[in-house]
Amino acid sequence: MKRPHPVALGATHLTLILVSIFSVFPVLWVFSMALDPSSVARPTELNLIPKALSLEAFRQVIAHPTDIDGVSFWQLLGNSLLTSLGTTVFGIVLGASAAYAFSRCRFPGRRQGLMLFIVLQMFPAVCAMAPLYVLLSALHLRTSLIGLMIAYSAGTLPFAIWNLKGYFDTVPKDLEEAALIDGCTRGQTFWQIVLPLSAPAVAVTALFGFMSGWTEIILAWTMLEDPRTFTLSMALYGMVGQYATLKPWSQFAAMSIMLSLPVVVFMLFLQRYIVSGLTSGGVKG
Amino acid sequence: MKRLNSEVRLAYAFIAPAALVMAVITVYPLLFGIWMAFTNYNPTHIRGHLPRFVGLQNFIDILRHAPYLDFDFARVLGFNFLWTFANLIFHVTVGVGLALLLNQPGLKGVKLYRALLILPWAVPTYVTSLVWRNMFDPEAGAINLLLKQLAATFETWHERFAWMPDLGSAWTSLDWLGTMPSAFFAVLTVNIWLGFPFMMMVASGALQAIPSDLYEAADLDGANPLQRFLTVTVPMLRPAMIPAILLGFIWTFNNFNVIYFVTKGDPLGQTQILITQAYKLVDGGLYGVGAAFAVVIFFILLAISTVNSRLTRAVEENA
Repeated sequence: MKRPHPVALGATHLTLILVSIFSVFPVLWVFSMALDPSSVARPTELNLIPKALSLEAFRQVIAHPTDIDGVSFWQLLGNSLLTSLGTTVFGIVLGASAAYAFSRCRFPGRRQGLMLFIVLQMFPAVCAMAPLYVLLSALHLRTSLIGLMIAYSAGTLPFAIWNLKGYFDTVPKDLEEAALIDGCTRGQTFWQIVLPLSAPAVAVTALFGFMSGWTEIILAWTMLEDPRTFTLSMALYGMVGQYATLKPWSQFAAMSIMLSLPVVVFMLFLQRYIVSGLTSGGVKG
Repeated sequence: MKRLNSEVRLAYAFIAPAALVMAVITVYPLLFGIWMAFTNYNPTHIRGHLPRFVGLQNFIDILRHAPYLDFDFARVLGFNFLWTFANLIFHVTVGVGLALLLNQPGLKGVKLYRALLILPWAVPTYVTSLVWRNMFDPEAGAINLLLKQLAATFETWHERFAWMPDLGSAWTSLDWLGTMPSAFFAVLTVNIWLGFPFMMMVASGALQAIPSDLYEAADLDGANPLQRFLTVTVPMLRPAMIPAILLGFIWTFNNFNVIYFVTKGDPLGQTQILITQAYKLVDGGLYGVGAAFAVVIFFILLAISTVNSRLTRAVEENA
C-alpha cells in the first residue's frame, strides 16, 4: 500500500486528536477533581489539569466512604473482593468442567445444551429480579454475600462455558491421549493438561467473573440490607443523585478511580484475548 | 458401546454442577416469573399469602396502557429500537473509520492513539455512567462549564470584532437531562463514547489480517482507492464485523446501566427502554406486571435473535 499524501496525513492526525480528546476528556475531568488540593464540593470552573496535586480526597473517602455510621472502607473493600473472587472461582470451576465436557465428549443433548446456555443468557438478569428476590428470600440467602455470589456466577457461566469451550477445542487431543495411555484419569488430564494449556482463556474468563462481581450494583442494591455486607460499588452509588447532597465531588471522583483502576489495568492488558473471546463466543459480556 | 456409555456419563457429571446452578438461579426464576406474570403478585405475597390468578390482565394492561401505568408500551418499544439503531450507526461508522485511519502505513503515534481511544472501553460501564451523569449537571457539570468558557471567549471576540455575532449565554445553562430531546442526545453521547472502541478493536484486528498481496493485486489491476476499498477492504472486514454488530445490537438493546444511571429513564419516562421500564415496575412493587413485561421482552429478544441468526447464516452462505 502506498504512503498517504501529506495533506491526508494531516487530516488523519487532526481527526484522531479530536476523537482522542473526546475519549480522554471525562477521564481527565475525574482525575483533576480527585487530585485537586482544594477538594471541591461542586466544581465552579472547568479544570482538566489541576494546579497542584494532593491525595486529600482519597484520604477523606477512605476515612468516611458512606454516610452510614460504622461502615469502614476496608469492610466495603473486603466485601467487594470476597464477592468478586467467589464469583470468579465459582464461575471458573463450574464453567471449565462443563466446557471440557462440551469440547471433548459427544453425548445426547450436547448441541441443545450449548444452545440453551445462550438462550438463557439472552434473558436480561434485571428481568428476573422479582422472582430471584422471592427465591433468595425463601432460601434465606437474599441478604448475604453468598446469595449474591451464586447469582453473579450464574450470570457469568454462559460466557465462561462458551469462551473456554472455544479454547479447549484448539488444544490438541494427542497430549491427553498419551496421558490416558500412561494411566491418567479423565479428571487428571483435564486439571493437569487441558486447563494449564488454556491459561489465556482461563485468565479472560476469570477477569470477566471478577469484573461482574466488582462493578455490579443493581442486584446488590436491591437484595442487600445490612450495611456491613455493602460493597464498594454501592458506596459509589451512595455519592450521586438523590443520595448525595453532602458528599463532595472530589470524593466521588476519588472513589470512581479506586473502583475503576484495577478493571482498566486488566482490560488494557488482556484486550486482545477479550475481544476475540467475545466475538467468537457470541455471548454478552 | 461400553466406552461410549462411560463417556456420556462422564460428560453429564462434568456438566451437572453448572447445570444445577443455572437451573436454580436462572431457569427456576424464569419459570416462576412466567407464573407470576399471570397473577397480581406484589411484595406482600413474599411471606406466604397466595396471590390471585388474573389471567392475561397484566398483559392487557401493559399493551393497552392501563391508567395506573405511567408508560405507553408502543412508545417505549419504538424508543428502544431508535436508541439501538442510533447507537449502532455511530459505533460502527466511528469505530471502522478510526480503524481505517489507524491502519495507514507511515502514520506516527498509532500506539498512543490506540491506547487513548480504547480507554472508554476499559472503564466499567457503571462508573462511566455515573461520571457522565455528573458531567451533564446543569451547574457543576463539565459540559456546561466548558460551554461557559466557550461563551466567554465568544464574548470577548464579539467585543473586539464587529462581525462576530453575539451568541448570548442561554446555551450554556441547558438542563441537559431534564428536557427532551437533549436528554436523548446526552445519553446517546455517553453510549457512543462507550461503544465505538469495541468496534474499532474488532475492525483493527480484521484489517491487520488482510494480506498485503490482495492490495498489490488490486493495484496491478489498476483499481482506484475507492475500488480497492470496496473490493478488498469491505469484503475482508465483513466476516469480523457482522458478529460484532449483532452482539452490539443485543448489548445496546438491553443496555440497562447507561440509561438507568444517566437519565433514570427521565424526563417523564421519555428515555425509558424496555429493560429499565421493567425494572421500574418491579422496583415499584408491581411484581406481577413486571414479570409480564419481562415475558414480553423475552419474546421480543427471541424474535430479534431469530432474525439475527438468519442474517448470520445468510452472510456465511454468501461470503
